[in-house]
Amino acid sequence: MIEKLRKYGVDAEKLVEIFRQCWLIRNFEETVEELFQKGKIYGTMHLCVGQELTAAGACSLLKPEDKIISTHRGHGHCIAKGGDINLMMAELLGRVTGYCKGKGGSMHIADMDKGNLGANGIVAAGIPIAVGAALTSKMKELGYVVLCFFGDGATNEGAFHEGLNLASIWKLPVVFFCENNLYAMSGPIKEMINIDQISKRAAAYGIPGVTIDGNDVYQVIPATAEAIERARRGEGPTLIEAVTYRWKGHSRSDARKYRTREEEMEWKTNKDPIARLKGELLKHGILTEAQADEIQSETKRAVEEAVAFAENSPFPSPDSLEQDVYA
Amino acid sequence: MREITFLEAIREAMSQEMRTNPDVFIMGEDIGLYGGAFGVTNGMLEEFGPERVRSTPISEAAISGAAVGAALTGMRPILEIQFSDFITIAMDNIVNQAAKIRYMFGGKAQVPLVIRTPSGSGAGFAAQHSQSLEAWMVHVPGLKVVQPSTPYDAKGLLKAAIDDNNPVIFYEHKLLYRYKGNVPEEPYSIPLGVADVKREGRDVTIVATAIMVHRALEAAELLEREDGIRVEVIDPRTLVPLDEETIIRSVKKTGRLVVVHEAVKRGGIGGEIASIVAESEAFDYLDAPIVRLGGRPVPIPYNPELEKRAVPQVEDIVQAVRQLLNRA
Repeated sequence: MIEKLRKYGVDAEKLVEIFRQCWLIRNFEETVEELFQKGKIYGTMHLCVGQELTAAGACSLLKPEDKIISTHRGHGHCIAKGGDINLMMAELLGRVTGYCKGKGGSMHIADMDKGNLGANGIVAAGIPIAVGAALTSKMKELGYVVLCFFGDGATNEGAFHEGLNLASIWKLPVVFFCENNLYAMSGPIKEMINIDQISKRAAAYGIPGVTIDGNDVYQVIPATAEAIERARRGEGPTLIEAVTYRWKGHSRSDARKYRTREEEMEWKTNKDPIARLKGELLKHGILTEAQADEIQSETKRAVEEAVAFAENSPFPSPDSLEQDVYA
Repeated sequence: MREITFLEAIREAMSQEMRTNPDVFIMGEDIGLYGGAFGVTNGMLEEFGPERVRSTPISEAAISGAAVGAALTGMRPILEIQFSDFITIAMDNIVNQAAKIRYMFGGKAQVPLVIRTPSGSGAGFAAQHSQSLEAWMVHVPGLKVVQPSTPYDAKGLLKAAIDDNNPVIFYEHKLLYRYKGNVPEEPYSIPLGVADVKREGRDVTIVATAIMVHRALEAAELLEREDGIRVEVIDPRTLVPLDEETIIRSVKKTGRLVVVHEAVKRGGIGGEIASIVAESEAFDYLDAPIVRLGGRPVPIPYNPELEKRAVPQVEDIVQAVRQLLNRA
């Protein structure tokens, strides 16, 4: 199995890097939750624990000049596209050293230098923006591809349908990557659409659509790599539906009445993307148990350093309030 | 100087920018072969080709978002929204995205985008194709709002809007499209935020926007002829940024203020202008209460006589000024 990934440029070293990214994301998210519970983080946050592989796997296939568009559940995407966790944590703690100088918070982190065109607080709003970023790539012949993340809920917004159609007729270099974590806030996707797979919607726009297990590296890598290559060849967009699961609630105050604890336990015990990837790495002798553990603790330490960086950073000055409204 | 129409001035501003800056392009519904619903882009497809004069599907949410995405990544798109009423279907991209991206991202990104859109009544298009909703845009920090009244201003302000690194909403009153005026052939820029005194006077100040500038000028002519009243007419030209100083200076001189716009009076820009004057040192110079003229609080009706009644006409302005000067 693992040999099959090689043709997509994913070798043992890259798999270890994906594994490391997954752990960095999970440790980051777990820490953010703790800080929130301690009252150190204000407002709200949307955690992606349980769906780390979609971000880490898909972004591992991008070149530095490629771009991503993220969502309200965007910490994982930012980290996977090379984001600096110090600046992320500082932003979440409302510090001036944060990505957005403390003015954006969790839902608006962007890293223009790394090609992260931003998280977005409006569901599906990133889709047309991704289309426009892909239009720039085509018009200026820049050769970059835009990987556009969104959730299952976004696929019921008009912007999804209009955006996919526009990207298709203009054959733009964009990959529409739906992280279907089964619930749009509290709305089970199976009650919100009348088809069994979101990817079937691709047919309406004349583009390929594929449904994959988003927690399985053997499915995330080939599907995403093929979609990126198709986009780079100028053949237009692809819709990927990666089925995954968020372990935590939608945001800070979610009693999770819409799903059972048994269902959650099933995903945590048998479908954990990190445990599954670790199993593969051990089975193929790429990592030892001790090495895998060290990656887990090394990323944990990195997050602790990010917290220290953030806590030692100053708050924005009051007179920054009206700065950066206009260019 | 040669005379061209308001519409030709807009086309010329776009074409001149597109000839010199490869990042500038236009997209919108029916803007290619058809030339746009009002003919503004006529001939541009032939000159610039379909890559830069991009006809789109009827998808305001997608095309406005794509314009934001293109602007965010280094292009300078001009988006034509066919009627300004359709801004409602592009609202998320304008209000939640374009206007806020720079601030939300800590000043590390910019959205140099121009949205051109025909507004206003008087053409028989009824309730969903005739509105003047510019006050909505004025209310959103991060946007600039331009509302020209003459071909000369339209050309210079559009160049400034395209050169601006912020999202600019550029309103074109449909009754002005065929209006002619002197316009230099060479490119020139009129800075955003500078009002123009369209007529000097010392008895009363009228601040008017778009088509109302012309109605105010006509009223001023009549008032001078028949009543000897000398009216000063100020066209702010841009609502954001607003040239408060020119308005305040004029009111200090005349002691009387009438604000006229076509948009519904309730919640319109007239309230903002009246408040700015009331809060300024010009308040002490006022000899009479401020008067606002604006659209009636109704959807724009189809019947031409009702349509006229819905928004201020020349005689309404004349009457308001006479009453203000106790000459009615």
